[in-house]
Amino acid sequence: MSSILEISSTEHSPFSFSKDLHDHLSGRSLLALEIPFETALLTEHLQQGFVTAKPGVVHDKSKWLCGRCGSTDQRLFASFPCSLCDSDCTYCRACIMMGRVSECAKLYTWSGPEWVYPIPEKVMAWEGTLSEGQQTASDQVVTSIAANAELLVWAVCGAGKTEVLFRGIESALTMGKRICIATPRTDVVLELAPRLKAAFPHIDVAALYGGSEERHKQSPLVVSTTHQLFRFERAFDVIIIDEVDAFPYSADASLQYAVSKAKKAKSSTIYLTATPSKKMQHDYRSGKLSAVKIPARFHRRPIPVPELKWGGNWQKQLQQGKLHPELKRWTLQRLQQNIPILLFFPSIAVMDSCLPLFQQLHPHLQSVYSADPNRKEKVMALRHGEFPGLLTTTILERGVTIHRLEVAIIGAEHDVFSESGLVQIAGRVGRSKDHYRGNVTFFHYGKSKDMVEAVSHIKRMNEEAHKRGLLDVL
Amino acid sequence: MFSNQLCLLCNEEMRQELSWKSVFLKVTEKVCCETCNTKFERITGDRCRTCSRTLADSQDSVCYDCIRWEHDSTWSGCLSSNHSLFIYNDFLKEIIAKYKYRGDYAIAGAFAPYLKQYLAELEFDCLVPIPLSAERLRERGFNQAKGLAQMAGYSCQELLMRTHSEKQSKKSRHERIHAQQVFQLCSEEVQGKQILLLDDIYTTGSTLRQAAKVLKLAGAEEIKSLTLAR
Ligand SMILES: [Zn+2]
Ligand SMILES: [Zn+2]
Ligand SMILES: [Zn+2]
Ligand SMILES: [Zn+2]
Repeated sequence: MSSILEISSTEHSPFSFSKDLHDHLSGRSLLALEIPFETALLTEHLQQGFVTAKPGVVHDKSKWLCGRCGSTDQRLFASFPCSLCDSDCTYCRACIMMGRVSECAKLYTWSGPEWVYPIPEKVMAWEGTLSEGQQTASDQVVTSIAANAELLVWAVCGAGKTEVLFRGIESALTMGKRICIATPRTDVVLELAPRLKAAFPHIDVAALYGGSEERHKQSPLVVSTTHQLFRFERAFDVIIIDEVDAFPYSADASLQYAVSKAKKAKSSTIYLTATPSKKMQHDYRSGKLSAVKIPARFHRRPIPVPELKWGGNWQKQLQQGKLHPELKRWTLQRLQQNIPILLFFPSIAVMDSCLPLFQQLHPHLQSVYSADPNRKEKVMALRHGEFPGLLTTTILERGVTIHRLEVAIIGAEHDVFSESGLVQIAGRVGRSKDHYRGNVTFFHYGKSKDMVEAVSHIKRMNEEAHKRGLLDVL
Repeated sequence: MFSNQLCLLCNEEMRQELSWKSVFLKVTEKVCCETCNTKFERITGDRCRTCSRTLADSQDSVCYDCIRWEHDSTWSGCLSSNHSLFIYNDFLKEIIAKYKYRGDYAIAGAFAPYLKQYLAELEFDCLVPIPLSAERLRERGFNQAKGLAQMAGYSCQELLMRTHSEKQSKKSRHERIHAQQVFQLCSEEVQGKQILLLDDIYTTGSTLRQAAKVLKLAGAEEIKSLTLAR
């Protein structure tokens, strides 16, 4: 008799979970150290099935696997005499910068009721207009999100890809969905977050990057570095991945893992890029991946096609302290006309040895490299006309928009310049309506396959834009 | 397929130069790439006889700090000398932080060859790591000083333990020096022994002197110290 009463009483008073723990852990996958709550509270939720735990690192079929970053690179697993489990404990070095995940460390995630947010009456404040190409893409984004489908948005540099997302995000928010925009670069997170906040003023937008203060905040709309995705599990209904191709091949597998872990079983994935990888292009052509193309820029003018110019054996010339006469002429012409220039080099070493040669042409030419503490300031100085030009490595191939800019690559046949990198570099030029022409020159010592493909990529896009009537005929 | 070894510090693949020599002779295994290796700055040239600090003026052989320590009757004669391997530059700062705070134990392997060399030259009976508090040990899972010794192939004797928490940074030099005893002995077997204390960084020298004092009072004959950086 009494046991029946007990059962019915538990049925009538369900376990009341901690709201704070729910907020902290929902859609996340975190180590105990990242959960600032009493151990007893966590244990109680585990027992009640509101929280689940899994080992951080597992040994499966004689291979180590990291449960957080998905790494299986056996070279990045090491062990240490662990004082917590009192044994030789294997840990993952691939994601060590997020704190150590080891055999004895558990990853916790919320498995109770889902996190929901109040849907505001009017979701979007953005009232901008879209180009014809953008409109087509925008409609498809809306459809794909509603259908929990995958979509590649293949938009040329300067097409205005962010605006293409707004209607889709609006529709998702109206349905109470959770959205994440992931990008490889912190700069982009910082630039995108305020734009989204302005477009969706009644929605809590979280910007996540290493060291960001909003790291533990739950919000309907998240802009995150791809790195921070590793802390999520079954969180999002929509994941938008910006510049998928910007990752080195080795990082690709781990990104795939992060995305598939961070999204819900039923969800939509939108890939956004100007230069899809070979695999993605192949999947699109074979019909495995649906895609929408925006082949024209917002200003309805064609993209400048790169000129390929013989630059001779640049390595040898450098050793002799000389610049190829064509390259010298290209540079001097622009310096005389006050056209800002970016000169791309295959490596920091080559760039460094070239700098004095270019400074003979103009003493104010500067170089900028990835770890340069003054990187931002130098790009700003170029934008404001304080420097006539910058020498750089591939780090500036994306994201830099400077009025009237023209670019050249020295040693364009080098392996570091992939098709997508070359298209991105060319994509820096002709961004504004009144200066849409601009010159892009690839100086080379023998054409590479990637160079030829980059040129035909750009030409194809221009042709398609023309055929679809997305260009203004002059 | 043969996959290249990764640099322990930057995770870049290290190119194995295949030559007749490397085919026939087993080349001593490199753990870090050249780029990383060149970022380590060895402490060389004129340095303080007591604490290994680089001295600007080669006239002196003991730095001002050490003179101050030796003039203080509480600390005089506790620590006979300190050796440090590297300058605590930005690169090392980053590496040690990754090792200690992120908990990347394997990094100790990068220092092992250097430490081995040093340890072989120093005379001591016991190698004693500066201990962590129980709380810190729980957070980190290992003691960074002990890890350095282990990776260099030396075993440690944990003769000391913390009596207090180690929130050093919030205290002034004065407070740190005059703070209550930080360490206590957990073994009595120090009588007449030559002890080498081991820690990752020499900052003010107060931690090492605190430890040395406890050992000295318990009858140790001489206490020296070795740190990775200063
Ligand atoms: Zn991992
Ligand atoms: Zn363990
Ligand atoms: Zn390295
Ligand atoms: Zn000194």
